[in-house]
Amino acid sequence: MDDAAPPTALRLDGLAKHFGRTRAIDGVDLAIARGSFVALVGASGSGKSTLLKTINRLVAPDAGTILFEGEDVTAIAAPALRRRIGYVFQSIGLFPHMTVAENIGIGPRLARRPIGPERVAELLELVELEPAHARRMPHALSGGQRQRVGVARALAGEPQVLLMDEPFGALDPVTRDALGRKVRELHDRLGLTTLMVTHDMAEALLLADRVLVMAAGRIVADETPRALLAGAGGDEAQALVAVPRDQADAIAELEG
Amino acid sequence: MNAILPILLGLGGKLAAHVLLAAAAIALGMAIALPLAVWASRSPAVARIALGFASLVQTIPALALLALFFPILLSLRAVFGEGLPTLGFLPALLALALYALLPILRNAVTAREHMAPGVLEAADGVGMTAWQKLRLVEAPLAAPYVMAGVRTASVWTIGAATLATTIGQPSLGDPIFAGLQTQNWTLVLAGCIASAALALVADALLGLVERGFARRRRWMVWTGAGLALAGIGAAALAWFEPGEGEEPVVIGAKSFSEQYVLARLIGQRLEEAGYRVEYRDGLGSAAVHDAVTSGAIDISIDYTGTLWTNEMGRTDNPGREAIYRAIAAWERETSGTLVLGRLGFENAYALAMRADRAAALGVASLADLARVAPRLVIGADPEFFRRPEWRAVRDAYGLRFARQRTFQPTFMYNALQSGEADVISAYTSDGRIAADRLVVLDDPKGAFPAYDALVLVAPDRADDAALVAALRPLVGAIDVEAMRRANLAVDRTDADKQSPAAAARALSARLGL
Repeated sequence: MDDAAPPTALRLDGLAKHFGRTRAIDGVDLAIARGSFVALVGASGSGKSTLLKTINRLVAPDAGTILFEGEDVTAIAAPALRRRIGYVFQSIGLFPHMTVAENIGIGPRLARRPIGPERVAELLELVELEPAHARRMPHALSGGQRQRVGVARALAGEPQVLLMDEPFGALDPVTRDALGRKVRELHDRLGLTTLMVTHDMAEALLLADRVLVMAAGRIVADETPRALLAGAGGDEAQALVAVPRDQADAIAELEG
Repeated sequence: MNAILPILLGLGGKLAAHVLLAAAAIALGMAIALPLAVWASRSPAVARIALGFASLVQTIPALALLALFFPILLSLRAVFGEGLPTLGFLPALLALALYALLPILRNAVTAREHMAPGVLEAADGVGMTAWQKLRLVEAPLAAPYVMAGVRTASVWTIGAATLATTIGQPSLGDPIFAGLQTQNWTLVLAGCIASAALALVADALLGLVERGFARRRRWMVWTGAGLALAGIGAAALAWFEPGEGEEPVVIGAKSFSEQYVLARLIGQRLEEAGYRVEYRDGLGSAAVHDAVTSGAIDISIDYTGTLWTNEMGRTDNPGREAIYRAIAAWERETSGTLVLGRLGFENAYALAMRADRAAALGVASLADLARVAPRLVIGADPEFFRRPEWRAVRDAYGLRFARQRTFQPTFMYNALQSGEADVISAYTSDGRIAADRLVVLDDPKGAFPAYDALVLVAPDRADDAALVAALRPLVGAIDVEAMRRANLAVDRTDADKQSPAAAARALSARLGL
């Protein structure tokens, strides 16, 4: 390993997982540097969500090892591991019988370090919600507000790593754009290591430092956004980059 | 219907017993169903098997399920010893708990199946252990649905608990069954009203708990649960209060008036002798014999012909005296049960017809009946057609009827009057034979055995000299005419109708006992 490189937050070696005869992950080796914002892009069924879930042990791989801050994840009890990793996903999964404050405080409560109302207010402020939202029930919030709570819940335990599985997929485009920028800003401010799964290449290019393209269980491209836009990464990556670029061109033409 | 109020007010003890039985059954049902539901939510195979079993149980009629626990518990005595009760609270509790299982289990499993997968994934994702996930997410989200299941189970159980009367457990079924047997409709109605009111109250309180869970209003949950528990607590206090003195003498009675009257006659004598007495009315004929020989009840009245054919499995007829002696010896040897003696009258099975109809058809004996039987309908009590005596008589005379119908004994006589049956299986000590102008058909071949009424005393009471002394004067004291009058007094539906207790006192006075 290069001495000048930042320390590795996550390392995956020879990872494989199949469901029946489908190879969801087909031999993945990957190192993610601390502090980086990595986007994992691919079509539906490419194995990207499965890969993400092996990291916090929601899915057990058939082969391979995962090191989290140098420690084999299978050596850490799954609940303890998950409390150290923030997790945000498309269906949000707020507990419908708990208030916003209770939802946000659930991780620290499980770790027997419950947080007070000031910390809840602070976390709500991070995701640009009012302190008054703390007492609401999830069903009284809009979709965008719910996912903001989902992000606040993921950050409540002060994790070093944030995993996001299609986090903005169910939101309208305006909310999606705003919340994406907000998450990137929080990533920088809190010094997180973020791995985001998305099928939207534009989102990946705009938010991430590094873009991985996955197809049929393998990582087929691993480039910076700038390099991808310059034509690197091979055919599958370029096919995904072509979509937003063509849209932008078409829009520019209409304006022209 | 002013007569109903005093009856309702007198049902306090039965109500307390009913509440305790139903509450215990629901509690046991929940204790089994809830862990099973948790296991089922983690294993589809367990879910299939558990729900399949609970549904199967539900298809068994409640009356049969209750009755089935008697032989099951009797055979379990080999494992748990002779102290295991086979009648009364325990079998009723087990049968009703099984019955309560399905709605609770089904609602809990369905609630878990319909939980949003995202919420369950989030529970894992935030780092909950399996136990925390169950306690903090699955249980609170399933609670309103589980409560709805408990509510359904409670209404069913409170209704089905009335049937516990048939296996000797006091309940609100006591007035219903006693009323049915003696055609006392006020008594039936009182039992139904009390049990329905109890079901409505339980439904309302548990409904409050359910809504409290659904709307996350704690006061609703606490109010509903608190009032329900207070009711159960009050029932427990009422039930366990008269716990002074020694064990009561339990007198069993089969489900017809003569048994009710004789049980009261015996009970009144024992109370005079200083005993505390309880009655187990409406027991099935086979259950009564098992109950007295196993000590589940202390005293029963049975009939020689019944014991000879049904319990001893004999088909020969060595004569009235020989049968009696053989039964007394057999009971002593097999279980140590004491045959105290014969009461003096016979209550034989016989076939009877309306006098006018018999005359028109020219029927005076069973031999005459065989000739016209293919055009006639025979009505009998539910046991009769399965009894060996019926097969013996049928085969001796070659009886073939157009149709066989079964009725509760009380309704059999009505069926004969209304023409729904032409011939019935009557009882010779029945007062309605004379009152309804029936003829008992002669049995020239002696196919029906003798049915001398006997008093049986359970093995562990057989050595109680004071008890035996109190009952000894009844032996040989009751002639069939006196018994018929007492039976008719209970069975009649006019103004002279008496309760079994009053008829027993009148019988005692008439006989100078």
